[in-house]
Amino acid sequence: MAVLVYIQNFGGKLKKQNFEVASYASKVAESMHCPAIAVVMGTMEDSEIERLGNYGISKTLRIADKVYNTLINKLFTRVVQQVVVQENVTIVVFPDNNEGKAIAPRLSVRLNAGFVSGVVSLPLSVEPFIISKRVFSGKALAQVRINSPLKIVSLAINSFGLHEAKTPNRIVSFEPEVSLNDDSSRVVDRKMHAEGISLLDADKVVSGGRGMKGPENWKPLEELAKVMGAATACSRPVSDAGWRSHEEHVGQTGKIIAPNLYIAVGISGATQHVAGISRSKCIVAINNDADAPIFEVADYGVIGDAAQILPKLTEAFKAFKGE
Amino acid sequence: MKLLVCISNVPDTTTKVKFTDNQTKFDSIGVQWIINPWDELALTRAVDLKEESNNPVSEVLVVNVGSAETEPTLRKCLAIGADKAIRIDSDTKDAFQTAKQIAAMAQKEAFDFIICGIESGDYNSSSVGGMVAEFLDTASISSVSDIRFEGGKAIVERDADAGKEYLQVDGTAVLIVQKGFAQEPKIPNMRGIMMARQKPLEVISAVDANALTEYTGFRLPEPKAKVKMVSPDQMKELVNFLSTEAKVL
Ligand SMILES: Cc1cc2nc3c(=O)[nH]c(=O)nc-3n(C[C@H](O)[C@H](O)[C@H](O)COP(=O)(O)OP(=O)(O)OC[C@H]3O[C@@H](n4cnc5c(N)ncnc54)[C@H](O)[C@@H]3O)c2cc1C
Ligand SMILES: Nc1ncnc2c1ncn2[C@@H]1O[C@H](COP(=O)(O)O)[C@@H](O)[C@H]1O
Repeated sequence: MAVLVYIQNFGGKLKKQNFEVASYASKVAESMHCPAIAVVMGTMEDSEIERLGNYGISKTLRIADKVYNTLINKLFTRVVQQVVVQENVTIVVFPDNNEGKAIAPRLSVRLNAGFVSGVVSLPLSVEPFIISKRVFSGKALAQVRINSPLKIVSLAINSFGLHEAKTPNRIVSFEPEVSLNDDSSRVVDRKMHAEGISLLDADKVVSGGRGMKGPENWKPLEELAKVMGAATACSRPVSDAGWRSHEEHVGQTGKIIAPNLYIAVGISGATQHVAGISRSKCIVAINNDADAPIFEVADYGVIGDAAQILPKLTEAFKAFKGE
Repeated sequence: MKLLVCISNVPDTTTKVKFTDNQTKFDSIGVQWIINPWDELALTRAVDLKEESNNPVSEVLVVNVGSAETEPTLRKCLAIGADKAIRIDSDTKDAFQTAKQIAAMAQKEAFDFIICGIESGDYNSSSVGGMVAEFLDTASISSVSDIRFEGGKAIVERDADAGKEYLQVDGTAVLIVQKGFAQEPKIPNMRGIMMARQKPLEVISAVDANALTEYTGFRLPEPKAKVKMVSPDQMKELVNFLSTEAKVL
């Protein structure tokens, strides 16, 4: 018996979210008295993989062929399925992000294993297996029971945190039996982000709304994001007006994000906007209207003019980093 | 080319959610139902592709797994421009059971692309698209933000961690779309609404399918602690709160 965690390969590197899902898988394994093991697809150095051992992973299966440096949903599903069978896995843990969403549902069908996405806690009970997740875009919490012997969950990013548990992590090569010509889709071109941090898995996000008054006023917001190491985002009217790229639009019809920290600047906090950010751990609102609905969902609020507050906040972050 | 857009019928985003039966069921009294926003964008784009004459898309169908109560939503899809709607008559139990229904239907009709949204606004399971693909044993592409045709071949754009990737698709595939696939949903016009009345809405019966998961209870999150106000002159203090109190730095 084992708990398997899927470790997304970020261009040969691990990110904090990998350690979070690893921590989670180890805790689940602990409660079931079995080992937590990992699978990594594509090229990654031993020294990088070994770091998973800091979070309780005792064995990692690596599928090193560089074919696996590009996500192919169907192929990756086949490989993980074979790992599950070989290692006698009973619970598979994915990150609830693009890659988890691409593979986990397919694996569920492949293995006839119930899948619950976006879980936010350890299982409330293991027998029967009951786990909690957010539903209605964060407006409620649900308990879900998985009735199949094999179970798959994906962990909401930033919902569990890191838990150190040093273990030697043994790296083993895994040779899947798959046909590499089996897929009818292939990558023919790429356009890499010029710079900046990808919004979907940013740890911190600074976001601007119509209260920013115009695209020419974004410099101080970008400056703040840069100092904080944050990604930038915006409300829908801002991207509709072409002040910012559509890539930055968050909300019901934009991206759904769950950073640790979301700073909303000049954003009123309409329900449709909040639907995309309510899974953030901490929300800071900067707005010159004390009655703006954003203050109902924010943890911290500052009332005042964005243009004046942004540079002060940037200075404060600089001072904080300098300490 | 024939496209199938999968339509989830969900409560309007502004709904105040409540539960009944000892907090085990969603209380649908007074709820306004809408086309799941992602699916609405998917349908918008599918209809545009059909209407732009330089594309090989000739037909757009929509499907929903649900009870008769979802028919107004399907009618709206027809008014937006779908050619035909199919309702698979079944209460939805979980994503697995829902996906199996869609796959069984799709097996009989040859679709070139099946398009699903990234998640339903109610149970947020992000599952049905991938599951349909696996039941059909076809390719799936997730995080799709665009599609275009080059010499009859589809080029699909997806968001990857490091940037955009463009995939050429040679056979049928399930596309799981997110923001960007269309910018704004199409609003049906009077003509669309009139035409929708004549368009077919076919009801087919469900196949046998079990569910693997089950919702056993719901609760509303703890009321959020009241927002803590910080004076604009105290930004150092704010950063300090974020570091020591909220622990997010
Ligand atoms: C079907 C549907 C889907 C939608 N989807 C989305 C979505 O995905 N994402 C989204 O964001 N919206 C979405 N919307 C739009 C949403 O309803 C709101 O209209 C939008 O979020 C408002 O954007 P905003 O907060 O930037 O602008 P506004 O509502 O105009 O708010 C601007 C705010 O800035 C403040 N302000 C003004 N001047 C200053 C200043 N100098 N300093 C500080 N603060 C200032 C004002 O007090 C105000 O609170 C959707 C709407 C519909 C109907
Ligand atoms: N009952 C349903 N009928 C048809 N399509 C559905 C249904 N439920 C979900 N879908 C599709 O699957 C996508 C993802 O939904 P979900 O897995 O429920 O989060 C939705 O955006 C729809 O495209």
